[in-house]
Amino acid sequence: MLEALQERLGRVTKTLRGEGHLTEYHVDTALREIRLALLEADVAVEVVTKFVARVRERALGGEVLTSVTPAQMVTKIVHDELVELLGGSTTELEFKGRPAVVMLVGLQGSGKTTTAAKMAKWIKEKKNLFPLLVPADTSRPAAREQLLVLGEQAKIPTVDTRDMDDPEEIARRALREASIKGYQVLIFDTAGRLHIDDELMDQLERLKEILKPKQILFVADAMTGQDAVRSARAYHQRLDITGVVLTKLDGDARGGAALSVREVVGRPIVFAGVGERLDGLEQFHPDRMAGRILGMGDVASLVERAQGVIDETKARKLEEKLRKNKFDLDDLRDQLKSLKKMGPLQSVMEMVPGMNKMMPKGGVTEGQERQLKRFSSCIDSMTPRERRHPQLLNGSRKRRIAKGSGTSVEEINRLLRQYGQMRKLMKRLGKADPKALKRQLGL
Amino acid sequence: MAGTFLKKLKRGLFMTHTEFIEKVGETFQRSGPVAPEHIDRLEEALIAADAGVALSVRLADEIRGEVRAKRITTAEDLRPAVRRRLLELLSDADTGRRTSGTRPKITLVVGVNGTGKTTTVAKLAHRRIEAGSSVVLAAADTFRAAAVEQLKVWAERVGAPVVHQQEGADPAAVVYDAIAAAKSRNIDEVLIDTAGRLHTRANLMKELEKVKGIAAREVDGAPHEVLLVLDATTGSNGIEQAQQFGATAGVDGVVLTKLDGTAKGGVVLAIAGNLKLPVRWIGVGEGIDDLLPFDAEDFVDSLLDLKA
Repeated sequence: MLEALQERLGRVTKTLRGEGHLTEYHVDTALREIRLALLEADVAVEVVTKFVARVRERALGGEVLTSVTPAQMVTKIVHDELVELLGGSTTELEFKGRPAVVMLVGLQGSGKTTTAAKMAKWIKEKKNLFPLLVPADTSRPAAREQLLVLGEQAKIPTVDTRDMDDPEEIARRALREASIKGYQVLIFDTAGRLHIDDELMDQLERLKEILKPKQILFVADAMTGQDAVRSARAYHQRLDITGVVLTKLDGDARGGAALSVREVVGRPIVFAGVGERLDGLEQFHPDRMAGRILGMGDVASLVERAQGVIDETKARKLEEKLRKNKFDLDDLRDQLKSLKKMGPLQSVMEMVPGMNKMMPKGGVTEGQERQLKRFSSCIDSMTPRERRHPQLLNGSRKRRIAKGSGTSVEEINRLLRQYGQMRKLMKRLGKADPKALKRQLGL
Repeated sequence: MAGTFLKKLKRGLFMTHTEFIEKVGETFQRSGPVAPEHIDRLEEALIAADAGVALSVRLADEIRGEVRAKRITTAEDLRPAVRRRLLELLSDADTGRRTSGTRPKITLVVGVNGTGKTTTVAKLAHRRIEAGSSVVLAAADTFRAAAVEQLKVWAERVGAPVVHQQEGADPAAVVYDAIAAAKSRNIDEVLIDTAGRLHTRANLMKELEKVKGIAAREVDGAPHEVLLVLDATTGSNGIEQAQQFGATAGVDGVVLTKLDGTAKGGVVLAIAGNLKLPVRWIGVGEGIDDLLPFDAEDFVDSLLDLKA
């Protein structure tokens, strides 16, 4: 995410490194680079101009502390301003009201329908509320079918609106249904429309009138270029949106649209869409995002994700086993599963400080991911006894497992080799400092 | 016919360049000598049109060089100079279409999520049918929920048969079926709608290779045209998209969609410059007729012409 910008700012701070104090010349040199970097990252021209002016003012405005080097100073100022621009701190969405209505709006293809389903799942799992999905995109063919299917996959009740063609009527019916059945949050998916389409923008205003939404979220594609300011501004003027969802952040888009939208709308980015899976929705953390831009890694996000998937008691049991050197293939399978739950390996790795530099660009991690999956299926095809006592695995057992899991004997051998190495490593760890072991396990 | 055509193009492109014009207009209309800030403003306007930093800076530098060499002296001369350069850029990228007399002709439509692939396939089918060809659609987006239903609705509107399987099916198998259907029913063209995929996802890109491979195996020289659908609101990431899809699927041309908004779609200039990929079609609305052949002169003129 924003990697290119990160690289560029890295270069700027490198040129500043080692300078004793900050002169106007230094600052302007750095600012030129920052300006170009932000423009290349697709931040809107007007936003870049404002941003650079703010950084310059602060850098030259007597804020230079004698105790730090200029490089750190500029980094700090850019970081602070980026955090500021991205919205300060994380915003918690409020879902008060009976029901609390969340309206999703935006241009065609920005990802409203997918976001609706992801958000419903998120609200149910993280907030313990009962959401109701309302498909009200009556213009794109089969858009309502799409949300019905997604709702089923996410196990979220979804109103079947296929026989209705008036979004306003759908709104009224959904409100009735929510109040009768006691749903707490109503997620209303609207049709994508251009911000210059007066007729359809009028319709959104009328829907707002009926629904009285607690939240109107503008769904924006992270790959958007300079147009982001125009569409966001127009939507905001019409609807007074309360927040932004930034989608498709799992690609390599530099994501400057985040800064643009945030600046013109003045409302927080509340969610980031990362991937097509229904759990690919994260709360947006401005401070972490800014840290990420500056190459500081995103440890906090990683820890949070890990906490969601690693079962505390299982982890303790595992620690116990490790200490006694009884780590078997059952445990390895648990480990592989929790790793998988954390999402695509790629996005996990990106959050580890320093990892983004070590990772080769593109494919490799998907290969690794596939490998892990295959290992998992090998273990799945073993009997519980074999998992507990891997030494039982002889040639004929291996052939059976290979057949059952659609892998090969070589692959099973590779798995066992790696398992052996892991055991050896863990034995050493187990003998060593128990604290180091805990750290290794993320406890 | 010609009248509505022009109207549509203008309607489509009008919003594209209004703001560009507000900024550059002043510069272009001024008479008298060129001032450095005129060119600065031109550079900024190009960046604001998503033409990309590198291209905009290069173009502005070239103009500065011409001013120094006294080939451009007045502000009025700026527009023709920029116009010529942009046109050169676009025409250099267009090395002509691959021709093939093979039947059925196979067209593969690819792109990231949400750019308008399905709609584009439908509009393309409509044009081909209007021109007297018979068409079969292949619903090879087997991933997105209800994508098949979406294409079926469109197919009914344009009157073309759709070959599809259930959700989650192998897209290559759908393509195989569609080609077989085209052969047995003696149909002229197969249009393949694929699932949106981010170009950074290696395994999904591999899947695309497989789809392409099946087409190549079943019909000589297929796919005969690979179109990348690009959203006009896309910023610099469009270049990466074109690069990756180009490397995997061998893209022949770009369809620039959603030009009826305020987005400028300038990224196609960068794509033409860097990758020599021509734009073939533009999407200017949600109606079945809202797909127009790309015309470089109209595009550039509309971008630079104050009176359009």
